[in-house]
Amino acid sequence: MAIIEVRSLTKVFGNDPKRVYSLLDQGWSKERIAKETKQTVGVNRVSFAIEPGEIFVIMGLSGSGKSTLVRLLNRLIEPTSGQVLIQGKDIVRLNAEELRQVRRKTISMVFQKFALFPHRTVLENVEYGLEIQGVAKEERRKKAKETLELVGLAGLEDKLPDQLSGGMQQRVGLARGLVNDPDILLMDEAFSALDPLIRKDMQDELLELQNTMRKTIIFITHDLDEALRIGDRIALMKDGAVVQIGTPEEILTHPANAYVERFVEDVDLSKVLTASHVMIRAETITMDRGPRVALQLMRDRGISNLYVVDKSRQLIGVVTAEDSAAAIKSGKALDEILIRDTPIVSPDVLLGELFDVVSSAKIPVAVVDDRQRLLGIIIRGAVLSALSGNSGSEAGESR
Amino acid sequence: MNVPKIPIGKWIESLEAWLETNAGPLFEGIKLVIGSTVNGLADAFNFLPPLLMIALITVIAFWIGRTRLALFSLIGLFLVYNLGYWEHTMETLALVLTASLISILFGVPLGIWCSRNDKVQKTVTPVLDFMQTMPAFVYLLPAVAFFSLGVVPGVIASVIFGIPPTIRLTNLGIRQVPADLVEAADAFGSTPMQKLYKLQLPIAAPTIMAGINQTIMLSLSMVVIASMIGAQGVGADVYRAVTQAKTGVGFEAGLAVVVLAIILDRITQNLVNKKREG
Repeated sequence: MAIIEVRSLTKVFGNDPKRVYSLLDQGWSKERIAKETKQTVGVNRVSFAIEPGEIFVIMGLSGSGKSTLVRLLNRLIEPTSGQVLIQGKDIVRLNAEELRQVRRKTISMVFQKFALFPHRTVLENVEYGLEIQGVAKEERRKKAKETLELVGLAGLEDKLPDQLSGGMQQRVGLARGLVNDPDILLMDEAFSALDPLIRKDMQDELLELQNTMRKTIIFITHDLDEALRIGDRIALMKDGAVVQIGTPEEILTHPANAYVERFVEDVDLSKVLTASHVMIRAETITMDRGPRVALQLMRDRGISNLYVVDKSRQLIGVVTAEDSAAAIKSGKALDEILIRDTPIVSPDVLLGELFDVVSSAKIPVAVVDDRQRLLGIIIRGAVLSALSGNSGSEAGESR
Repeated sequence: MNVPKIPIGKWIESLEAWLETNAGPLFEGIKLVIGSTVNGLADAFNFLPPLLMIALITVIAFWIGRTRLALFSLIGLFLVYNLGYWEHTMETLALVLTASLISILFGVPLGIWCSRNDKVQKTVTPVLDFMQTMPAFVYLLPAVAFFSLGVVPGVIASVIFGIPPTIRLTNLGIRQVPADLVEAADAFGSTPMQKLYKLQLPIAAPTIMAGINQTIMLSLSMVVIASMIGAQGVGADVYRAVTQAKTGVGFEAGLAVVVLAIILDRITQNLVNKKREG
C-alpha cells in the first residue's frame, strides 16, 4: 500500500478559492487568474501515490509550487482542498494535537537553508525532536550522538551551527530529521544551498544512507541532474500542477509534452544513463554445443560473436565466427576456442564511464550482474547514439 | 458654524470619579503591594552599611561588566556617599527597580501576545504611542487621586511612562525570529509553548533586554517628576533644589541620578552580551 497518497490537493492563496476553482475549470492559466483576481494558485489539483522506501523527487523551476506542495504534506501550509493520506489517514482532517503527533513520529523535514537553531549546539539541535516529545535526557543524547555518527559528524557535538561549514550544517539538519526515526523524510531543496562538489557528496551519502534506512523520502529540487541522480521517480511541476510523473528514464525518453522535453533537452545523458539503458540482448550458447551449431547460429543472426553461458546464465566466455569455422576444420571442441577474458561491466555503470571500456574492446562488452550472470551486451554504436539522445527509446524497448 | 466644545475633560473626570468609588478596594490592594515592595527594597538597600553596599555593587559590576564598569561604580557610588545622598539614592533605586519589575512583569507577556496576534498589536501600538507622548505630568493627577500622595503614584506614573519599550521590543524581537526557524520548530511538532521557550524567547532575548534597558532608563527619568507627588529619594532633593533655586545642591543631587543611571544602563547592557558569549 502507498505510504503517502495525495488526492487532488490544491492550495489557493487568496480569499475566494471557489472562484479560482471555477476559473481553473474553464482553463484559465495561473498567470491570468493572478492578474484578474489577485489570487495565487500555489498547487493545482495534484494527485500521486508514493510507495514505502521510495525516493520521490518533486522537481520544478522556482514558482512552480513545489515548496508549497511539500509543506501541504505536513500542513506547514494548510491545503485549500484535497486529501493527504499518510499511512491511510487523512492528515488534513487531524486536529492540532493529532497533527503534532504525526509531525513528531511519522514525518520530519530537512530545510533548504538548514534552519538550525543558532543558540543550540549541534547535539542540542539534533535532540530537539526528541526533547519536545519529553524523551529523557540520557536517552535522547544517546540517540542524537548515534545519529550524528551516522551522518559523519561524531566529535562535533558541542560546536554551534555557525562554526560549521554549509555541508556540515546540512548534515546536522539531516541528523535532526532522522533522530526520531520517522517513516517519511521531507527534504526541501536540502542540497541546493551547497557547492556543487559538496552537493554531489551529499547526494551520494543520502543514497548510501537510504540503502540501510529505507525511509520514504520526498525530495524537492530545481536541479534536474540531482533529480535524475537520486530519484526513483520524479514528478515534474509547472504552474502548481504536476506535468509528468515517472522514472528518470521515462521522463528522459518519453517526455509527456513539449515543456518536459524542453526541460530535459540539456541533460548530460552520459551522467544519467547507465549500461543497463543501452545494452541489447546477447545471443548465447551453452557449452555442450559444438562449433558447428555456434557458427550456424551466428550466420542466422548475422553476428560475429556468440556468448557462452552455463545453465544459470553465468557468463563463461565468447566464441568468434572465425575461430568456430577454424575449429570445424580442425575438429576442436567449443571450450578450446573459448575466449575467457571478455570485457565485462556492471549494469549501473554510467555511460560516461563506459566510453573507455567499450572503445578499447574488440568485441561487444558484456553486462553482468553481481553473480556474473549475463544481462546483455553493449555494442559500440549504442553508447554514442544514446548520448546523441535519439535512441533512448530503442534501448528502452530492447530491455 | 458653532460646534459646542466636546467635553473630553469632563468625561475623563467622571471616569476618574467612577473608578474612585467603584474600584476602591482594588486600588488599595495595588497600593499595598507596590508600597511594601518599594519600602522593602529601600529598607534592604539601606540596611547594609553604605561602604559594604558599594563594595557589593562593585563586585556585581565586575562580575557582569568589566574592570572599567567596576571602577566607575566604586568611584561614582563613593562620591554619592560622600556628598550625603546615599540614603536617598537607595530609595530612588528601590523605586526604579520596582517600576521596572512591574514593567517587565506586564510588558513581556503583553509583548509576546502582540507578537502572536496582529489584531492585538494593532490595538496596543497606538495606546503605547499615546502613553509615551502624553506629557508625563498628566498621569500624576489621576495617580494621586487613586493612590494618594507618596511613592506609589510615582511608581505607577513611571510604569506607564516606562513600559512601552519593553512591550515594543519584546514584540519586535519575537517577530524577528527567522521564519524558517519557526517553521522548523513547527515541523518537528513543537507546541506553541515549546516554540516560545525553546526558540523564540532565547533568540529574541537580546532585543527584549534592550527594551528592558530602555524601560529602566525611562523610569529613572521619572524620579524627579514622581517627587512632585511625594515620592522620596534623590529626585526629591533635585526638585527641592530647583524650587529653592539652589544650583549647587541641584547639581550634586542630579549627579547622583546620573551615576545611578550609568551603572544600571551598563549592567543591563552587559547582561545581554554576557549571555551571548555564554
